[in-house]
Amino acid sequence: MPIELTVNRRKRAVTAEADKPLLWVLREDLDLPGTKFGCGAGLCGACTVLLDGQAVRSCQTPIGEAVGKHVTTIEGVAALPVGRKVVEAWEAIDVPQCGYCQAGQIMSATALLTATPKPGPDDIVGGMNGNICRCATYVRIERAIRVAAGLEEKA
Amino acid sequence: MTAPIVGKTQVADPALSRRSFLVASLAGGAALTFDAQMALAAGVVAPQAVVLNAFIRIAPDNTVTIGAKNPEIGQGIKTMLPMLLADELDVAWEQVRIEQTDANDKLYGVQVAGGSTATPMNWLPARQVGAAARAMLVSAAAAQWGVAASGLRTSAGRVIDPASGRSATYGALASAAAAVPVPDLAKVTLKKPEEFHIIGTAKRGVDTPKIVRGEPLYGIDTRLPGMLHAALVKCPAIGGTLASLDDAAVRAAPGVVAVVPISSGQCATGKHDAVAIVGNSWWTVQKLRDKLKITWDIAEQQAFSTALYATQAAAALGKAPDATVFKAGDADAALARAAKVVTADYSYPFLAHATLEPQNCTALWHADGKLEFWAPTQNPGSGRKDVATMLNIAPEALTIHMTRIGGGFGRRLMNDYMVLAGQVAKALPGRPVKLLFDRTDDLRNDYYRPAGWHRFTAGLDAQGALVAFKDHFVTFGAGGKPVRAAELPASEFPASVVPDTHLAQSFLTTNLTTGWLRAPTSNAMAFVFQGFLDEVAEAAGTDLPALMLRTLGAPRELPTDRPGIVFNTARARAVIERVVAFAGWTGKSSSVAGKGRGFGFYFSHRGYFAEVVDVTVTDGAVKVDKVWIAGDIGSQIINPLNAEHQAQGAAIDGLAQALVWQPVVQEAGAVQTVTFTDFPLLRLDAKPGEIAISWVKSDYPPTGLGEPTLPPVIPAVANAIRAATGKRLRSLPLQLA
Repeated sequence: MPIELTVNRRKRAVTAEADKPLLWVLREDLDLPGTKFGCGAGLCGACTVLLDGQAVRSCQTPIGEAVGKHVTTIEGVAALPVGRKVVEAWEAIDVPQCGYCQAGQIMSATALLTATPKPGPDDIVGGMNGNICRCATYVRIERAIRVAAGLEEKA
Repeated sequence: MTAPIVGKTQVADPALSRRSFLVASLAGGAALTFDAQMALAAGVVAPQAVVLNAFIRIAPDNTVTIGAKNPEIGQGIKTMLPMLLADELDVAWEQVRIEQTDANDKLYGVQVAGGSTATPMNWLPARQVGAAARAMLVSAAAAQWGVAASGLRTSAGRVIDPASGRSATYGALASAAAAVPVPDLAKVTLKKPEEFHIIGTAKRGVDTPKIVRGEPLYGIDTRLPGMLHAALVKCPAIGGTLASLDDAAVRAAPGVVAVVPISSGQCATGKHDAVAIVGNSWWTVQKLRDKLKITWDIAEQQAFSTALYATQAAAALGKAPDATVFKAGDADAALARAAKVVTADYSYPFLAHATLEPQNCTALWHADGKLEFWAPTQNPGSGRKDVATMLNIAPEALTIHMTRIGGGFGRRLMNDYMVLAGQVAKALPGRPVKLLFDRTDDLRNDYYRPAGWHRFTAGLDAQGALVAFKDHFVTFGAGGKPVRAAELPASEFPASVVPDTHLAQSFLTTNLTTGWLRAPTSNAMAFVFQGFLDEVAEAAGTDLPALMLRTLGAPRELPTDRPGIVFNTARARAVIERVVAFAGWTGKSSSVAGKGRGFGFYFSHRGYFAEVVDVTVTDGAVKVDKVWIAGDIGSQIINPLNAEHQAQGAAIDGLAQALVWQPVVQEAGAVQTVTFTDFPLLRLDAKPGEIAISWVKSDYPPTGLGEPTLPPVIPAVANAIRAATGKRLRSLPLQLA
């Protein structure tokens, strides 16, 4: 079916089966491979994107549910004021090891800080526990969130 | 059995002194001058850029491109190896660009991400290449200016003549430098450590800016014109074969291009069959998998199960071992006269690697019979061999582009995905095909860390000294030898120092393919040996650090199973003493209920690590409050920013194995652990409260850091739980009630 949606502030039209997950529409049809496939079951968070500002697992979001909505992916998140701070903190602190999960981490962190600009430790766990980092970069993930939130200095 | 001390070891691993490839490639670089054919990234060479050798290309604007030759799995090697080169070349880090090279071991030498070997193998050669290139640039300037090279100096990519005040950029000198005879790499002058300006400084990952902006870097991101996608149906039991296939419904479905029966090449001998569905979209083809009508022949596999192994292991422990691994003196006699005897059984399960990027590979069979790969592999050289063997083509027919890798942990030292993708590509000549496992495929077709069972017996004399030691290890084997990663090193401590010792093994069989999981064998042996020694220490009325120091004895070098690697007891003592001081270890258990502290030491991958873990146990739930790490990886921490990160990550990885990961379960031949619910990974909520690291700098060449931090944290947390609760947990994962 023909589908129209807005991705990273740009209107896009694709033809896809309604049950095709947003993840695979992004990766296969819209040439946006920054959003990652990890488990296909909503358990790892690698595929996290923002749908009308809310963090969702794009592998569990049929494209039919994104019709007419605004999707923000890792390729476009730095255009959001909070997203930019998160991306800059991630880069300054050198959070990635293999880096595969980090798109999803950054999207979840952006959603967290948009809803809770000054998160406490429990808020950070609550916002980020759905995102697995197999390299276990959690020390820096936590720190980057605090830096992006202005709760800690970079150096 | 102790080796004499031979002074400060210059690492004697033959692999480390093999500099011939660098001589060859450097000579080739000079000879080829502008010919980028052999050198890094043909096709993207900027106009007039000069390829100075296989690793270095210098552009007129003085941008210096350095080839990163090893696979990047998150260990930071793509940043670290160029740091070595750039420092000796004497350029500013800001003028350096880094490119991943293709796989070409004739040109670049060994290209493997495994065994924490890149640092020890490249510490000297990579610097020599940079220093040789610098010498060529200096020679070129000296010739141009008619002055002696010895009077010139370099800084930030310029050759400077202090006498006249003249200077020239490397970019301006590169053409002339490329015609200068290549100096003998063994004789080039290297910097003294105090002259380093890049080595020893914090450098962020070279790909970090791209990663945080979602740019395509990984194997799964490969996108080529006309590319097809392949999904797999693999026999659920590893080793099973295809008995019948009806693919009519799938072939008729929209979007399907082909159905290709293949054999995985996962098994060293025999087959492991699969069927690939190929089409225009991975999402489309993977949805069609249940429409294939397949019967598998798993007659030879279906008896294997987790329950069977447990029964067989218990039976084997009750019998005499199959074979001796190491024997010294007479352990039984020594135990008979010991003042105190301690015995305990330990075990650990099969584990998967669970890289977050599922296995994948893209391949293109060209019309001329050449095969091109875009492969996230830790070991492209062995992938080349595996594919050539399976497809009966020359290894030289393969071109392998190395992508960034979304997690390795040893899984991608094996190249089954290359073998699979190569077969699919061969069936569809001229069309690139990207093959992608789903999570079930990935967890069900791993090269698992093998399970193991140990029965330990130790004897103490009246003074509490460890005088007798036995281990009966039940492991997996074939043909009278342990299968991959199921070995017990004959030099395992304390067998290497206790006078009356017997290490022995018995073998079970399995259809599961086994392989190297980060810190292979060590991740298991550290737990069982240091866990048991904690019990021995308790029986001796002391604590584990004290028992270790006493048992290690005088400073000396002990041989290991690996050629060229010795175990230096002085270095072991130093990290133990450091962590004891650093953590304020007193040997006394905490007076606070539910709190406990444990210790672990392990030597692996040339690194010496002693670690202390503090835990709080509440209603059976273990919270890790703090980890202290003291590590000795030689004289130089090359990239402190990444060193800290690797040590933190490896320690948490070890805690995950100890506390979070669940066993890989097998029934009727097939692995039943197929999701992240079955195989949970550690999440942010289980991050330790704090991780403190102290480097013990020693006077030895730098060694690797991908692995050696991991093993000791596992026994340390087990021993901490004992201290907190009084319960001794002897099986992984560590679970209270």
